[in-house]
Amino acid sequence: MSKTSPDSTEATPRFTVGDLFKRLRTGNSGLIPILVGLAALVAYFDIRSHVFLSAANVTNLFIQATVFILLGMAEIWLLLLGEIDLSIGFVAGIGASTAVILVDNKYHWPVLVVLPLALAVTTLIGILHGTLVIRLRLPSFVVTLAGQLGWAGVLIFLIDHQGTGGVVSLHEKVLADLVNGNLTPMWTWIVSVGSVLLAAIFMIRGQAKRRAAGLESTPMAIVALKIGSLVIAALVLVLIFNTDRATFIVLHGMPFAIPIDIFILLAGSFILNKTKAGRYIYAIGGNSEAVRRAGVNVNRYRLLAFALAGLTAGIAGLLYASRLGGISDGIDGGTLVLYAVAAAVIGGTSLFGGRGKMIHAVIGGVIIATIYNGMALIGMSAATQYIATALVLLAAVTIDSVARRGNGTTR
Amino acid sequence: MTTTPESANSQTGNGSGVAPSKKSEHLLSLRGIAKHFGAVQALKHVDLDIPAGKVTALIGDNGAGKSTLIKTISGIWAPTAGDVFWNGEQVKVHTPGDASALGISTVYQDLALCDNLDIVQNMYLGHEETRGITLDEIAMELNTKKVLKDLSVSTVKSVRQLVGSLSGGQRQAVAVARAVMRDTQLVIMDEPTAALGVSQTHQVLELIKNLSDRGIAVIVISHNLTDVFKVADRLAVMHLGTLVSSGDISQYDTTSAVELITTGESKGAPSSLASSH
Repeated sequence: MSKTSPDSTEATPRFTVGDLFKRLRTGNSGLIPILVGLAALVAYFDIRSHVFLSAANVTNLFIQATVFILLGMAEIWLLLLGEIDLSIGFVAGIGASTAVILVDNKYHWPVLVVLPLALAVTTLIGILHGTLVIRLRLPSFVVTLAGQLGWAGVLIFLIDHQGTGGVVSLHEKVLADLVNGNLTPMWTWIVSVGSVLLAAIFMIRGQAKRRAAGLESTPMAIVALKIGSLVIAALVLVLIFNTDRATFIVLHGMPFAIPIDIFILLAGSFILNKTKAGRYIYAIGGNSEAVRRAGVNVNRYRLLAFALAGLTAGIAGLLYASRLGGISDGIDGGTLVLYAVAAAVIGGTSLFGGRGKMIHAVIGGVIIATIYNGMALIGMSAATQYIATALVLLAAVTIDSVARRGNGTTR
Repeated sequence: MTTTPESANSQTGNGSGVAPSKKSEHLLSLRGIAKHFGAVQALKHVDLDIPAGKVTALIGDNGAGKSTLIKTISGIWAPTAGDVFWNGEQVKVHTPGDASALGISTVYQDLALCDNLDIVQNMYLGHEETRGITLDEIAMELNTKKVLKDLSVSTVKSVRQLVGSLSGGQRQAVAVARAVMRDTQLVIMDEPTAALGVSQTHQVLELIKNLSDRGIAVIVISHNLTDVFKVADRLAVMHLGTLVSSGDISQYDTTSAVELITTGESKGAPSSLASSH
């Protein structure tokens, strides 16, 4: 900003290899490098293990990814502000245990009451964190580090208090089916075709509106290319999900977890891209003083992000309990939070605020699940798995940091 | 020190709480404005009138209180004491929202832009156009293009560029365009030309004249007296937290302005003005 550059510095708009490198360096490269990385991982594990790309394992991989994806999305609400939540794993655990205990055990409350209640509890925890951060001006890092210990304690108290030996199992059908149930093959087709159709209509309509208003729009060829890749991805997934993946019984169809992920992805992206609240969350992450001077109640939107993080963590907790078939006092919330942050950052969300998308958690979550799943399949030790995930995370954070410096110098 | 224009006003001590005499003449009137930060007294006693449609240059040395004064007018913080009148009516400007509701826009020295948002998003920050609950991106983009065109800002490639990728002059242009885009009656600019080269400084000065031609009052803080004498209709000089002099630009020259900035008084400035106000 302190530079005095002449007016005529604009380069001719021509796309070069150097341009691509610059976009990579400034963090504007989009999802392509990450997807290439994912493809490389998949190829590697496919060569090492012929089971890796089987229908059963790919479906399993997506179910494993669900918790990382949802926790990653929860974390993204705060990362966009330049905040972080280190307690999110245990907050999810509180949501899970609330639901499992009330719906099952000795209470047997109706599931339609319990699920919203569990989500309300985690949302309130998010609001509590946010209030401490905003009102007392504490760093979110410290508040949620305290939260990590505190909520771990509450979790142990809740579960041990049931007198069932540190584990509460889940027998209630609806909650158990969140992850373990499947759509019928017919519905798998309907959901997939419907989603792709909707996405295509929105893309084409958005560009058509821009053209009608006389604004520059993305060339039709690129829109067609995007829609085409969506169609191919959906087709491949449907064929995988609809393959019978059990030996003795018939087991096929899309796991319920997938439409839930898609719904949360769409809802989160809608808030971030299409509403004032989303715009302010990005802006606060970029320059919160500028937002305050623009007359926006900054603290209201910061609190909203904390609440949404709590809510999303609650949903992750419900799916986690569903996958485990219950909840134990030994869940490793500390590791979960690291995977959550890793999922977001690997996908391309900045740790420094102001840059990121909900889709990043999906891609990052799938990458982590791929490493996790693939390494277990080829018989690598837990030690190697941890180290490999750490290296991927470190690489992602490095790219993020370099991108941030790149942004600063190109100003 | 009583030889400075209008300085009698701030010395008599009866300014505080007294409404300005001629209601319609001044867009903004400050009476006895003071601001303390703990034990530090940044503004002691400021009386200032800003007429509509005129460019008022606010000058003074570093630490004289210029930035504190404009932040008070823009509602960044409330004054410790004193009264603010808008078109003769007493008003409270305690938040940026209050100032914006009156029609006061401020371009800060740091420009207050979000580097991670594009030009359209920055222009509409805090005042987004919506249809239902969703943002009306097309309306905002069209109007942004129109505003930039009206202000003859032609150097930006696309209004969907991130502001972080713009040059200093382009960033200044975006900040100014944002300030005048809505129904604005007073634009305050803090050092608008400090970071700019020759041709871009010229453009910004043209922009300021363009604003006052449209009937918008402008307050410009500047250290550059050449720029000040090029563009301003009125001058207001601050020294150690006090407004020591204000009046028509024709009653000052560079020498008297420099004297006022450095010592807070000047024999070269005409003395008749104190009575004419």
